[in-house]
Formats: sequence, C-alpha cells, structure tokens
Amino acid sequence: MPRLPYLIPVVAFAALAVGLAFSLTNDPRRMPSTLIDKPTPRFQLASLDGKSAGLASTDLQGDVLLLNVFASWCPGCRVEHPMLLKLAESAAIPIYGLNWKDDRNDGKRWLAKHGSPYARVGSDESGRTGIDLGVTGVPETFVIDRAGRIRFRYPGPLTEDVWREDFEPLLKALRSES
Amino acid sequence: MSGRQIRRLVEALLLTSLVLTAIWSPCRAVLPDEMLQDERLETRARALGQQLRCVVCQNQSIDDSNAPLAHDLRVLLRDRLQAGDSDQQAVDFLVARYGNFVLLRPPLQWNTIPLWIGPFLALLTAVIVFGRYMRRAAGNATSPEAGPAAPLSADELKAIEVILDRRSLS
Repeated sequence: MPRLPYLIPVVAFAALAVGLAFSLTNDPRRMPSTLIDKPTPRFQLASLDGKSAGLASTDLQGDVLLLNVFASWCPGCRVEHPMLLKLAESAAIPIYGLNWKDDRNDGKRWLAKHGSPYARVGSDESGRTGIDLGVTGVPETFVIDRAGRIRFRYPGPLTEDVWREDFEPLLKALRSES
Repeated sequence: MSGRQIRRLVEALLLTSLVLTAIWSPCRAVLPDEMLQDERLETRARALGQQLRCVVCQNQSIDDSNAPLAHDLRVLLRDRLQAGDSDQQAVDFLVARYGNFVLLRPPLQWNTIPLWIGPFLALLTAVIVFGRYMRRAAGNATSPEAGPAAPLSADELKAIEVILDRRSLS
C-alpha cells in the first residue's frame, strides 16, 4: 500500500474539520448548571416594595415551576417579557422572579411599567443569591420540580421556539413524575 | 531625517509603548475599594483571582475583567478568605456554583485527559513523522528516484578501488 502515507494529511484534515464543525454547534454560553438535580440553594429575599412577601427558597417547591432571573437594566429581559406575560396569563406554569443585581426601586418601576408575570419576586440587590444559583447573566430561567430540585437552566431570553423545544417536553415529563 | 519622518517615528514609538503597557500592566481590573487591608490575604486573593474565569466574558480571569459579576466574584472571594477559608476551600466554593468551568486551569480527570496529553501526542506524532521523512530524504539523497540502492557489483567495486588508489597515490 504505497499510497497510504499520502492519505494521512487528508484523513487528519477531515478529522479536524469534523471536530471544528461540531464545535460550531456547541454554544459556550449554554454551560450546564452544576445544580442540576440538586435542591435549590437556600435563600430568603425581601420583596421589591418591602411590604408584600418576598421570595424564599422554601416557596420554590410543591409544583413544577419557573424561577426567572431578571433585571431592569437587561435588554434581553425586555425581549422575553411578553413571553413570560403570556405564560402567566394562560396559567401555564407558576413563575417566580429573582430581581438580580438591580436597585429594587428600578425593579419595581420596571414591573409596574411592563406588567408582572411573577407570583412572587425576591430582590437580590447584592447578587449573592444569583451567584449561589450559578447565574452568569440575565435573563436566565430555571425549571424547578415538585421536590424543589433544579432540573434545567436556560440562559438567555425565553422565546416561543425555546419554550416549545426545550421547556414543554421537559415540563410534561416532570409533571408525570410522581 | 525629514520632520515628517521624525514625527512618524515618534508616533510609532508612542503606539508601541501604549500597546506594551496594555499588555504588561500589573494593575488589573481590581479596584482599590475591593482590596483587603491585610496584605497577605490580598496577595492570596490576587493569586486565586487570576486562576478563576470570569463566567460572563469567558476568556478573562476575574482579576482582568471589568464585568460587574467579576467584581462581585472578587469581593466574594475576599469575603471567603477573610472568613478563614483556605485557598482550596474558596475555589471549591465557586466550583460548587459554576462548575469546573470557572477554573482557567482545568483539573486532570478522565474527561480532560485528551486536553492535557493532546499537545504532547501531537508533538510526538510530528517528531516521528519528521524523523521518518528526514531518514527517507537522507537515504534518497544520492538517487532520489530509485529506492534503496542495490549492492555494488564486483566490477563496480574494482572501479572504486582503482579510483581510491589513484587518489591516495597522487
């Protein structure tokens, strides 16, 4: 087989091309959370207005639910906001809000202006609760199961497509869990 | 040199020094109000901060990054050290939240073995391939077309001896 050595560069190039092509489909922003299948980290946060009940980790159990991390300074949150409002309106799933690294008055005004899809909102001005959750940016959405365990993390704006492809099948599976 | 040339030279020098300062600048994104009073703790925080990835910008350490989350992580790191965490405990605290991804130096474990030995494998392959190529090139130096030369016939050997004898005589 005298021709074989000449094939080596070709094969090596093909392998490299396949590897790099695969890397292209691999979005580095979509890092898996280390908290998957683990209980929600414990936290106790005040509400935005300081009067109504805030948000505690103990609120996040008993039902399959969403925990949405948002901030008034975040453009992506404006993008996904209509989607969240629609979900809240159709009572598709309870949505809880974590107002992350935001002035609570700004957060309050933002929700007053655009409408609140949240059952409860906690104010995380210092951002420490977000760090405990492994949040890398806003918006970010967690799916939490009945036992209060984090099952899925989605960084980035929640769109119709994302909802249909990533969330709906998962929610269906989680709801059929006993 | 004309005035214009001198100006160009000065501009080039300024630009070079600017770029070099940007590269070698020892003061990073760490802000004065973040620094700890205790110098030993601050030194440890700096050493750790340079090994931790800013999870927003992804290719900078938290010490290099101006991202607000990097600032939070620097402060958090210092809080942990002040609370008495060892370096390892402080790093583990962040790894528990962000995974091995926050480590700029990945740990050696089964799924990172290709990452660690890959470059050495590539180097080894290159050395072997290059060595074979060199050996073949050396072997082909006299007759690049034909493969390894056939042994000399008796006549040829005699002819060589005649030539060598003549040389040694002269």
